[in-house]
Formats: sequence, structure tokens, C-alpha cells
Amino acid sequence: MAHDASSGKDTAATSSGLDVGSVGTAIEPSTVGHAEADGGLAVITTDTFTNPGLPPTRMRATDLDPKKARNAQRAVYTLFYLSIAGSIFALAAYMAFPISDDLNSIRLNTVFLGLGITLALMGIGLGAVHWAKTLMSDEEGEDIRHPVRSNDATRTAAVQIFDEANKESGFGRRTLIRNSLIGALVAFPLPAVILFRGLAPEYNNPAALLETTMWKTGTRLTLDPSGLPVKASDVTIGSAFHIIPEGLNDVPDRLEQKAKAAVLLMRVNVADLTISPGRETWNYDGIVAYSKICTHVGCPVALFEQQTHHLLCPCHQSTFDVNNECAVIFGPAKRPLPQLPITVDGEGYLIAQSDFTQPVGPSFWERS
Amino acid sequence: MSTIQRSDVPHEVVDPAFAETPKIANTPASRFTSAAANYIDERTSISAVVKEFGRKIFPDHWSFMLGEVALYSFIVILLTGTFLTFFFQASMAEVTYDGTYLPLKGIDMSAAMNSTLHISFDIRGGLLMRQVHHWAALLFVASIGLHMLRIFFTGAFRKPRELNWVIGFVLFILAMAEGFTGYSLPDDLLSGNGLRIIDGLVKGLPVIGTWTSYLLFGGEFPGTEIVGRLYTLHILLLPAILVAALGVHLLLLVINKHTQFAGPGKTNDNVVGVPIMPVFAAKAGGFFFIVFGVIVLMASFFTINPIWEYGPYDPSPISAGTQPDWYIGFADGALRLVPSNWGFMIGPWTFSLNIVAPVVVLGLFIVVVLIYPFVEGWVTGDKREHHIADRPRNAPTRTAIGAAGVTFYAVLWAAASSDLIATHFGLSIEGVIRSLQILLIVGPIIAYQAAKRVSLALQKKDREIALHGYESGRIVRLPGGEYIEVHEQLSDYERWRLLSFEDYKPLMLRPDAKGRISAGQRTRALLSNWFFEDRIAPVSATELEQSHGDHGAVEAGEGHAVESGH
Ligand code: HEM
Ligand code: FES
Repeated sequence: MAHDASSGKDTAATSSGLDVGSVGTAIEPSTVGHAEADGGLAVITTDTFTNPGLPPTRMRATDLDPKKARNAQRAVYTLFYLSIAGSIFALAAYMAFPISDDLNSIRLNTVFLGLGITLALMGIGLGAVHWAKTLMSDEEGEDIRHPVRSNDATRTAAVQIFDEANKESGFGRRTLIRNSLIGALVAFPLPAVILFRGLAPEYNNPAALLETTMWKTGTRLTLDPSGLPVKASDVTIGSAFHIIPEGLNDVPDRLEQKAKAAVLLMRVNVADLTISPGRETWNYDGIVAYSKICTHVGCPVALFEQQTHHLLCPCHQSTFDVNNECAVIFGPAKRPLPQLPITVDGEGYLIAQSDFTQPVGPSFWERS
Repeated sequence: MSTIQRSDVPHEVVDPAFAETPKIANTPASRFTSAAANYIDERTSISAVVKEFGRKIFPDHWSFMLGEVALYSFIVILLTGTFLTFFFQASMAEVTYDGTYLPLKGIDMSAAMNSTLHISFDIRGGLLMRQVHHWAALLFVASIGLHMLRIFFTGAFRKPRELNWVIGFVLFILAMAEGFTGYSLPDDLLSGNGLRIIDGLVKGLPVIGTWTSYLLFGGEFPGTEIVGRLYTLHILLLPAILVAALGVHLLLLVINKHTQFAGPGKTNDNVVGVPIMPVFAAKAGGFFFIVFGVIVLMASFFTINPIWEYGPYDPSPISAGTQPDWYIGFADGALRLVPSNWGFMIGPWTFSLNIVAPVVVLGLFIVVVLIYPFVEGWVTGDKREHHIADRPRNAPTRTAIGAAGVTFYAVLWAAASSDLIATHFGLSIEGVIRSLQILLIVGPIIAYQAAKRVSLALQKKDREIALHGYESGRIVRLPGGEYIEVHEQLSDYERWRLLSFEDYKPLMLRPDAKGRISAGQRTRALLSNWFFEDRIAPVSATELEQSHGDHGAVEAGEGHAVESGH
């Protein structure tokens, strides 16, 4: 595999005990793809040193001193025995530390089982490495490299095989057959591609789904996660609530709806608000509701800074200014958080005037 | 022992079970081994394989173990991952938790989360296996990354190993993909938020984004499909591709043989080291158990991914300061460093530059890393095989490019913790992000310059030492009364280690036969000038002789063979 059979030399026969003297030859142009290949911009010089050859193998303490060798041997088999002990310890720990609803029992089970297994593994590992380092021969060996390129005869033979196959099949000559085959091969995976349309439900336009949320005219604002409605009078200045539409907890696609409909409700001083034309009635006495889904890539914008009236997204720190219709003041987001127009119903509960007037969450290509 | 005479067997056979067996100790155990070996060989010609590979030589260097760590942690991942599949349920069907962990009792969650909690709290050793799997995953990606850096900085990607660089890099990407898909499986709050970010990222891609997300999640985010799909990727498709690519990677390693560092006795034509059997096998096999042991030790004591603290995924809550696994950090950081308000409309369509820009930048970064060996090969025009690993200092421009790349990655990675940096050091988040934005551009330039200078300085120092020896620390008083420090000369072995390296010079532009200089050649000349204008030539034999000639004086001369572009 590593060397083609016809390369003539047999590496496997190279002995490992290297004859030190034989390597100490002057650096001649390397035979491995160096002799014939172009060195490009390499500076080729003959004014170089002689490779001094492998330094003599240094004797280890265990080579010289039989007592040291015996100690090493003892260390190695002790480690292997320790490994057996570790395995047995792990078995015992499995039985001795069952788990119950006490969290501590899980910790003990994990730690003692783990320690046993660690010992079992480390015993084998350290033992084997110590054995190799102290007792096995540390004499270095040498393999000769051959150019990775096959030799010319092999390459010619390969080319010939292709030639013959070409002749026998007429692949190059019969261009009509060849081209139609290529065409067929290009076309045949297409059905496999179309099959993947089935990954998502049919007869739906994803862009249209993203345009709407669960909020409708009159939907009550309720607390997340309890679903209790909120009275305008409960919302004091400076406070903030996590809001979901009424009934969200009962719909079958709860998480999908929540991923679009989650809202943050805050009350600030009306005088502090900058309100653009058309939005004058969207707040109720300084109570404003904004989509909680970040317009960057969709994390919940969960942090409200009371002093500055900033909303901060913990994912990439996009910061939105509540006083200024949640415009982006910092971070990678591009669009303001969409505002949910709200008012109160006859009983004083906060309700939505309508759905959001633009898609919430991350921007997407088709959104206008 | 019966004697069977068979006419079709060319040589005398006493007992087939003992044919061709060298006579060694005739204990029952050895008799069994040789019989078994014979049995197998007669059916597989395994002896040929043993003969071919059994004494194959592996060079030794600590940095060569990084790839081994990756391989071993992958084996650990396979073992523990398979264990987890027996218990894990890749379903997003909603269930009510009724397990051992009291704080979550009665809470609605997906079957995936439920089964992960079951593994953690109801199965003895289950938590341990989960943690082994996760720690091994972190180590796996880390060791591949370091392994890649070793290959890069020692130029081990040069011919004939360019393709193996590409395959290795694909392995790195696959490892990250495996990590991300695995991380998403338990369907806890953190992993759900990770998926939410992927969803937003995909949606932001021009033209195809909305549909891609829709198909990926099987409807609207989060849907009920994604965990099952990621599971197929995580335990079937990606591991299959990974194992196949890993196989080719190792096969090419065998075909190309290992690189080695320059050293006495080592040439471009040989590999010096220990044979597979027995020393390398013992060391490497032992090392596998050590890596495994260290991972289990970490998993026994250090909790990782405590999903019970996060709770099930819900699109509304989130906790500040949460972090993805470390290897995703650079991508998260790239998202964070985009300045505000990047994006515009093309007619009725929304072009999210705040998404496209980081995706393109990271894509380019990946492509540059992927094709670097081919670029360098084209610039040097060197068509020879290279089996001697460079010391990083001896390829100053490459080392500098690598340092710049590492810095770029590191800044992105740091950016993923911008909020933690800000809170920890009491800085404003704006300040941290602004500084990192600047650092992302300036940092690589500084790192480039610094690495190049340091490399050249180290080369000069090597030159000095080779020519004039090193300061021995021994002070001698000369007859004239002055004190000098004795310079010790290097041994031949040490000198060889310092001085045998490749040297390149910039391309001289020459018109071709038609008297023209092609644009390609011009570019190559420019690049080669950039690569090699600052070069320190290796000491030549003549130089060394001369320096020894005038070495009565212990003076150290300035490196006079230094050519410099500036
Ligand atoms: C390079 C390959 C792999 C990497 C980097 C990787 C990484 C991960 C990670 C980070 C997790 C999350 C674990 C947690 O904290 O809960 C995970 C979960 C999981 N992995 Fe892997 N994994 C790999 C390969 C595999 C393979 C090959 C299998 C199966 C044969 C597997 C089976 C599982 C299972 C069943 C889970 C879910 C169980 C759980 O979360 O506890 N993994 N993986
Ligand atoms: S998701 Fe909010 S800043 Fe990225």
C-alpha cells in the first residue's frame, strides 16, 4: 500500500536496528521527488554541511542496571494490577452507590464509579507507557521513503488500461452515447432533491406564516407563563412584565406561537416617549408593549434596564430604546422591535388593538 | 500427534496446525497462539500485513501526539455515544416530567429533554457517561484544532500532503457540526436558544433563507421535527462521513509516512523513529488509555451542561451570560461584532447585511485556511516532496500568517464572551465591543509583524550560535588581564539540528519566449517577494570554516549573511 510493488525496494525489510555509520553521508539531492522535481524558488546550494548521522543510542538506567530493570518491571505489573483493582472498585461502586431522589447520591455514584473507571484506564495506560519507556528496546529504526508518485512503468500501465477500456467501450468515440449518459447521470439525482420538499408541510408559504402572530383585536395580554390577565392599573411606572396572548397555553402549537407572540410590557412616563405619527394611540397611558423577539436572530430580549429604559438582548447585546419606539441604539440588530398596539377593555384589562403591524423576529428576505 | 500425508502439499507437513511455525517455547499458551495465528493466516494472509506494517517506523515528538489525542477522544465519543443512544429519545413530543429531579416535577417538556434527565438522574453511571461524552467532544475539537496548528506551523501540509490537509480540515468542520448537533439534542433552554440563533441566521440569508429555515425545522420554529433530524445527522450521517474521512486521512498518513523534524541522521529520504511493534504500539495504546482516563476523571468531578438547571426550551425566557460550547464561540463572536444597522432593501426584499457579512467573512476565512497549502505551493513553485517538518522560525512569513490567523480567530472567540468580559472587568459593553472591533482588524496585523520579527530574530540567534558557539557562562582571565566569557562550540549533532532548513528567494521576473510577462507571474512575483524578501540564509559550510579560522578572538560578529528587503 505504502509503496507500489514494482518500486523495487522493500521497505518492510529495512531493519529497525539502524547501522549508525551508514547515514552519515553528505546531503545529496534527495531521491524522494527531489532529484527530478523542480525546487521552484528554493535556493539550491552545494555549500552545506554533512549530516552527522544518528547519534549513538544512549543507555538508560534500566539497560545498565538489572536492579533498576527489576524495579521498572515491578512498577509496570503493579500498575496493571491497580487497573484490575480499579475495575473491581467500579463494579463495587455501582452497587454501593445506587441513586435515589437525593441529589447527593447522584454525585457519589458519578464520582466513585468514575474514579474506579479512571483507575482501571490509567493503570493500563501508564503501565504500558512505562513498560515501553523503560524496558522495551529504545533503539531507533529507519524506514526508507520512496517517492509517492508511482514509477513510470506503473503509470504507463495505468494509462494503457484506460486507453484500452476507452477503445473497447468506444467511450471517447461514440460521443452521442457518452453525452447522453452524462446528461442522464446529471438528471437522475433531481428527484432526490425534490423529495426534500416534504421536510415541511405543503400548501404553506413560510413568508406568509411569519407575517402574522396570535395577537388579534381584543386579545387580552396575559402573564407568561401563568396566563393571568393584566389590569392597566397593576402596571406601575418603571415596571416590566413578560406577556403572552390569552389562550396561548391551550393551543397545540404553543411553542411556535410563543416564538412569535411573546411581548414585553413596560410603563414609562408618557412625557418621555417619542411617538411617531400614527402611533399616538398605541400606548395606554405610558404602558407600551413591544415584541420580545430580537430582530437580530430571534433571542428573547429579556433584560429591561429601568434607569435608562433600554432593552438588552442577552445573545449579542443588541440594545433598544423604549422611549424611542425601541430603535436600535447598539448591537448588531438592524430593525426596531415591533410595537403591539394596546388599549384596555371594559373591565380594565389590557388588550391588543390588533396584531403587530409588521413581522416580528429576525429579518427575512421576503419581509417588506 | 498424527501424521497426515497429503500429495498436493509441496512440503512436508507434520500437523497442519503446526506448519511453518518457528519453534519457540512449547508451552500450551504459545502453542495456542501459534495455532491461532496459523489458522487466521491460512485464511487471510495476515502475515503479509504484519510484515509490511509491523515494523513501520514512527518518529517521536510531543506535537505528533495532538492528532493521536483527537483520534482517541473520538473513540471515547463513539463508545459513550453508543451507550447514550440506548436511552435517549429523539422526540419533541410533549410529556410531563415525573422523574427523580424534584424541581422539574410536573413541568411540560419534550421527550428528548425528559430522556436526557432520565439518563442523568435515574440511570446509574448515566450522568457519568453523558459527561464523558461531552468532555470528550470538547477535547476532540480542541485537539483537532491544535493538531492543525502543528501541521500549519511546521509546513507539514506541503507536497505530498496537501490533500491530507484538506481532509483534515474537513474533519475539523465535521467535528464542530457533530458538536453543535449533539449540543442541540437534549432540547433544553440553552440548546433551544442556540437553535433559535441558527434559525434567525438562516432566515437572514438572501433569497433562500426563509424556505431553508422552514424546511429545516419542518414548519415554523421550533416545530416538532428538528431534534429528530439533528439526531439522524448526529449519530448516523455525520459519524459515517467522519469515519470515512478519518480512514482516508490515516491511509494517506501511511502512504506519505510521517514527517519528522530535522536532526542528525534524519533526511528527506528516511523516517527515523521507533517501530510500531512493539514500542509505538505500547506507547500509543497506553496513551489511548491515559487520554480515556483523563476524560473520565474530568467527567467524574466536573459537571458539564447541567440541563436540569436550564429547564426545557421555551422561546421566552433566557438567562444572561450563557455560553455556547467553546468551539462555536468564534461564530457567535462574529455575529456580535457587526456594527448596528447593517442591512438594506433591494426593491421589496430585505438584505440582512448584519447576517451576510459575518457569514461571508467566516466563509472566506475557512476557504483561505483550506487552500493555503496550494497558495504557498504556487508561490514557491516547489514541486519536490517535503518530509522534514520546518521549525516555525525558519519560515517566518508563514509563521506570521499563522499568527495573524490565530489572532483573528481569538478575537472572534473573545467577542463571544463580550458580556462576561464587560461585567467581570466592570467595563461598558459598548466599549468592549468597539475595542474588539478594532482589535479584529489591528490585532492580526500586529501579530503578523511580531511573529515575523521574532522568527527572524530567532533565526539570527541560531546563526550566531552556529557560527560562534554559545556563551558557556565560564569566565576566563586572559594573560593581558582582561576577562572574557568562553564560547563553547556546538557539536555536529546540535549544529545540524539548527542549520538544515530550506531557504527560498523571491521570484525574479523574466519575460517568456514571446517577451511577455503574464499577470499570473506578476502576482506570483509580488507574493514571493512578500514571502521571502526578509530572509536569513542558512550558514554555509564555507562560512563556518571561516568563522572557525578567525576564532582565536571570541568576538561575535553581526550576522553578515543577512539579506533584508528593508
Ligand atoms: C465527533 C463526534 C461527536 C461529538 C463532537 C458529539 C458531541 C455531543 C454533545 C456535545 C452532546 C451533548 C451532550 C450533553 O451534554 O447532553 C451529544 C449528545 C449525544 N450524542 Fe454525541 N457527539 C459525537 C458523536 C456521537 C456518536 C457517534 C453518537 C452515537 C453513536 C452520539 C450519540 C449522542 C447521543 C445519543 C446524545 C444525546 C444524549 C444526551 O444529550 O445526553 N454522539 N453529543
Ligand atoms: S439575537 Fe438579539 S442581539 Fe442577536
